[in-house]
Amino acid sequence: MIVYLLCFVLFLVGLYGVITRRNLIKIAISLSIMEFSTFLLFALVGYVDGGVAPIVDPANPVRTYVDPLPQALVLTAIVIGLATTAMLMAVIIRLYRKYGTFDIREIKSLRG
Amino acid sequence: MNPLIPLFVVIPLSGAFLIMILGRFIPNLNKYLAAILLFALAAFSVYSLVTTGENPSLCKVGGWEPVNRIPIGIYLVMDGFTVLVLCIINIVGFLSVFYSISYIKRYTSENFFYALFCLMVAGMNGVVLSGDLFNIFVFLEISVISAYALVAFGVEKSELEASFKYQVLGSMASFFILIGIGLIYWKTKTLNIADIREVLKAGSDRPFYIFVQLILLSGFGLKAAIIPFHAWLPDAHSSAPSPVSAMLSGVLIKAVGIYVIIRLFFNMFELTENMSVLITTLGTLSMVIGVFLAIGQWDIKRLLAYHSISQMGYVVLSVGMGMILITRGGSSEIALLAVAGGIFHLVNHAAFKGLLFLNAGAIEYTLGTRDLKEMGGLSRSMPVTSATSFIASLSISGIPPFNGFFSKLIIIIAAIMAKFYLLAVLAIIVSIITLASFLKFQRYAFYNREESRNDRKIREVPFPMIFSMVIMSLLCIMLSLLAFPGVRDAVLTPAINILTDPLKYSSIILGN
Repeated sequence: MIVYLLCFVLFLVGLYGVITRRNLIKIAISLSIMEFSTFLLFALVGYVDGGVAPIVDPANPVRTYVDPLPQALVLTAIVIGLATTAMLMAVIIRLYRKYGTFDIREIKSLRG
Repeated sequence: MNPLIPLFVVIPLSGAFLIMILGRFIPNLNKYLAAILLFALAAFSVYSLVTTGENPSLCKVGGWEPVNRIPIGIYLVMDGFTVLVLCIINIVGFLSVFYSISYIKRYTSENFFYALFCLMVAGMNGVVLSGDLFNIFVFLEISVISAYALVAFGVEKSELEASFKYQVLGSMASFFILIGIGLIYWKTKTLNIADIREVLKAGSDRPFYIFVQLILLSGFGLKAAIIPFHAWLPDAHSSAPSPVSAMLSGVLIKAVGIYVIIRLFFNMFELTENMSVLITTLGTLSMVIGVFLAIGQWDIKRLLAYHSISQMGYVVLSVGMGMILITRGGSSEIALLAVAGGIFHLVNHAAFKGLLFLNAGAIEYTLGTRDLKEMGGLSRSMPVTSATSFIASLSISGIPPFNGFFSKLIIIIAAIMAKFYLLAVLAIIVSIITLASFLKFQRYAFYNREESRNDRKIREVPFPMIFSMVIMSLLCIMLSLLAFPGVRDAVLTPAINILTDPLKYSSIILGN
């Protein structure tokens, strides 16, 4: 149970960062923290207590295996997360070139 | 069986790669290739709409057959509702690409534009076709990542800022969706929508699933910009290049937001009255607040973006009313009518909001400004733009011969028959305010100034833009036919049946 709670705490840490930080890069880092807490939760979903990697060995067949599907899904999600982070960083670099600052308080051309 | 199902994802994906690889060597290939591919997709989707009807078809990717009647592998499902949304995506997509042939000349690196556009269409087609939750997530990310890039396509200050905002909120939405999927997998050990329904039917942990429903509703609600989650929409939709705005407002928020919400709540979860009331409330809030935010805007694209929120409110409100009526049991005729009104309005909104954004793009293309105060007197120099935007404005405000009238009428009639008088009155009031707001748009953009302006050369836009706008306006008129019995039975009724009949969707996938 404590692992799930820690996972949730990690999510909240990321959320706190997104809300309070003023620096664009730090916001991106906080988003990554949130993202990885989600992945952690997803990987925990497939965990079975005392389970081993699901490689079937004919010699001793009766073993408890962890569920491999969430791991595969998390791998896919990590690749997607990489694309999102790269995209976000590209936009941040462009923003820095336009405004000359990473401070989100200076970047406010859109209002209303 | 429909053999075309995989092509809806394969064609635009391969188109994106071909444009990036071959576009470097062959000039002008990008625009014609993209237009031809999307025209083919539009033709396929219309063909599927005609042939599918009440006979949904299924494609098992890789040929993985079910084991012990439990579906494994990736399923692409094409039913009445899917095919309707596919038609919207591909037809609006084709018209927007055709429009971009002249519009996008003012930007550099056209190759990237067409490649990203194809990628976005591939993602949306995938979301709509996918029969399992995780693939919905993957395709959704494909389409929204290309949408992030397309919003920032102008790489000016406001575009980048809008894209940043969109990305931060969009990523949060993705995390919520991923958490929701993980929690569902935890309890049910399956990801297939129909299979999850079977497991939930067997008996469920109510508070847990209510939590999951709330998480998924906030995730997809963020993608669909329902009112408490709407902050990114006006910036993103007004900063993108106009054909992309037409796609984002006309299609993306429906395909990755509203479509998935409707699909999950009707076909996956057991409907509960509390959730239905919550969804209806969110819809009503969007409808009312969206229009009040819109009325003070002077930037045309911003005004249209706020109206998107308001019109999506109509859809959510109407579908939510249907849900409430279904959970209360009885009076299923009215429930069907409410759901029909919602889906009809969803289709109509794609036509008229797409057209309005294309009009806004035409005005911006000629005048170089989006500010209503700097326009005026365009009706004489740009007759086609003026006429088509007049049709679209009447259509969105619900004036009789056009499509918007019929869908709003169905929604209001359903609300009155179901004795939700407050909702009916609100829908009428919002419609009147919408009319006022679009009269303002018409007056300031196209009339209001007697003499034609001599200081700048104002001419009608080039042929591809005119073509797209005229076809869209014809669609606006022809879609009213969907309100009449013969056409409605062929197009709308299968979509409503698949949603409201609890057994139908799972029987396609699991067999009987």
